[in-house]
Amino acid sequence: MMILSGDPPRSRVLTLILVVIILALAATPFLFPGAKALNVAAKICVFAALVASYDLLLGYTGTVSFAHTMFYGIGSYAIAIALYAMGPNWAAVATGIVVGLPLAALLALAIGLFSLRVAAIFFAMITLAVASAFQVLASQLSWLTGGEDGRSFQLPELLRPGTVLISKSLFGFEINGRTLTYYLVFAVSALMILGLLRVVNSPFGRVLQAIRENRFRAEALGFRTVFHLTYANCLAALVAASAGILNALWLRYAGPDTSLSFSIMLDILLMVVIGGMGTIYGAIIGATIFILAQNYLQSLMGVAAKAASEAGLPLLPGLLHPDRWLLWLGLLFIASVYFFPTGVVGRLRGGGGDKKAAAPH
Amino acid sequence: MTELAATDPLPKPKRDLAPILLPIALALAVIPFIGSTSSWLTLTAASLAMGMMIFIMASGLTLVFGLMDVLNFGHGAFIAVGAYIATLVLAPFAASMQADSLWMNLAVLAPAALLSMAVSGALGLVVERVLILPVYGQHLKQILMTTGGLIVAEQTLYALWGPQIIPLPLPASLRGSFVIGDVAIAKYRVLATLIGLAVFIAIQLVLNRTKLGLLIRAGVENREMVEALGYRIRRLFLGVFMTGSALAGLGGVMWALYREQVHASMSDDLTVLIFIVVIIGGLGSIGGCFIGAILVAMVANYGGFLVPKLALVSNILLMVAILMWRPRGLYAVTSR
Repeated sequence: MMILSGDPPRSRVLTLILVVIILALAATPFLFPGAKALNVAAKICVFAALVASYDLLLGYTGTVSFAHTMFYGIGSYAIAIALYAMGPNWAAVATGIVVGLPLAALLALAIGLFSLRVAAIFFAMITLAVASAFQVLASQLSWLTGGEDGRSFQLPELLRPGTVLISKSLFGFEINGRTLTYYLVFAVSALMILGLLRVVNSPFGRVLQAIRENRFRAEALGFRTVFHLTYANCLAALVAASAGILNALWLRYAGPDTSLSFSIMLDILLMVVIGGMGTIYGAIIGATIFILAQNYLQSLMGVAAKAASEAGLPLLPGLLHPDRWLLWLGLLFIASVYFFPTGVVGRLRGGGGDKKAAAPH
Repeated sequence: MTELAATDPLPKPKRDLAPILLPIALALAVIPFIGSTSSWLTLTAASLAMGMMIFIMASGLTLVFGLMDVLNFGHGAFIAVGAYIATLVLAPFAASMQADSLWMNLAVLAPAALLSMAVSGALGLVVERVLILPVYGQHLKQILMTTGGLIVAEQTLYALWGPQIIPLPLPASLRGSFVIGDVAIAKYRVLATLIGLAVFIAIQLVLNRTKLGLLIRAGVENREMVEALGYRIRRLFLGVFMTGSALAGLGGVMWALYREQVHASMSDDLTVLIFIVVIIGGLGSIGGCFIGAILVAMVANYGGFLVPKLALVSNILLMVAILMWRPRGLYAVTSR
């Protein structure tokens, strides 16, 4: 299929799951009424794109970056500051995009050129240091970023919930500015994921995989690996910043907790690994599982914790407390790195690596 | 090449003194900016104490990487565990902590620190066997596994102790400062500096004067060769890993007392500092780690005094500057 860049899911169950997820996301405004369901769906869309861009780095080039939320945050803050300072109009949206995306790309270029120049092993550590410095910087430049409070802003007229485009009487559903924003998020995320699928299946993507498998050999074949890695780094940063823009537009807010914190970075890592590294589709699966768990598993754990404390069991209520859900995801994460390094997608494809080459296209 | 007679001593490698002079030069260079000598002395003492604590936490990480090429992103977990274990001992004996007698205070502090080290070291054993053993030689998986371990450890601490900050007041005899003229130096900082120096000297003695140290240094330089000579380098590595974890636990106790509070997320900021130190020093080098820790602490203290807003960013700038000068850190030990 052209649109999938000749890289279909290659597993019936996987195709089915993906179709269900995408249809459910596309129909959320009509299927599941209520603000929470729509928020969850929008978050899944944004994170699917964000995680897919991280997969380009982690899964296809094998470099671990801890600065991905920094680019996400740059996108969020760029659009938030522009809309906050210039008022809710489209010129501000354009300014946010024109400033945010190149800034993210330039920073990625600088980090890439600097830390890939020294030694590959430094990359993870240096990105961690740079990202935490950026986080401190963002909270200290409070005249610009609003500090710990962040910046909330208003959207242009067309995208506000109050703007009714098609009234309820026509189809029984109200199409308002909020619905339009959701479909904007959905469509841009889908485009970015398809674009990333295109990138990883291009000759450039093949070189990235060659670098992942054996950097020395790729270099011996004549590829300038630093150039390729830096390029991939910049591409991933661009997509991450775009995802950040979408996220800020959806939340009408940008702040350290929603766009910069280290816990988002860990969330992205968990999603990539659980979904399946080096598949792009894994990003959709991982984001869906993770965010559904984040929003609905917690209440389930609350019930279990209550039952455990009523039964008088020691320790268990603490371990099952809804705030401790990351503990269980962390254990799942370790188990999946150890037992299923190819994640959900790799499992569904049946073992991953070896059969992939043999399967007829 | 010149001929050597059999009786001649082996030619000594040239001593690389430039990195050692760096912190001294930095300390002297900031005097005119700070202005008063007394605040410079106070800041320098603070830098030394903070540097020693960071060194204690970072030394294990750098040795583990140097010896076995394992990058442990979960190193911070040992710091937090150490601090929490210390509260277990210190809380029931709060009375003797508040008694104004140095010996009574130390009689509680020393067992607390030892227990912390023992628990962190034992945890290191578990982590090495469960998390790291299956993924030797695979950097990507090591980073993922140890990051997962960090999440689990942090969440378990929250589950066991609750999410609140636990206060950990300094013992009575260590509060306050020594005042010499118009210079005030906090007592606890002197103790921290002394412990840090003792740890540094102990590590240097073990590495340079014992057979065990010889094997470790040989392993850092060429692992296969040591294995080929019949030594079980895995066991050696396990020992180093446990020691490194125990030292991180000790560092955690000291840091918690320094901040007078314990929290599971205390290791997050420290992990960043430790990584910067280890990178600056050169992965695998204890001497480099020592100098790097002092440099980072100096930049943090002087920077915090002169330009408070840029405290953490200044460390990044320091790292960039040093890597521009020596791309593999101050002392490049490994060939990797």
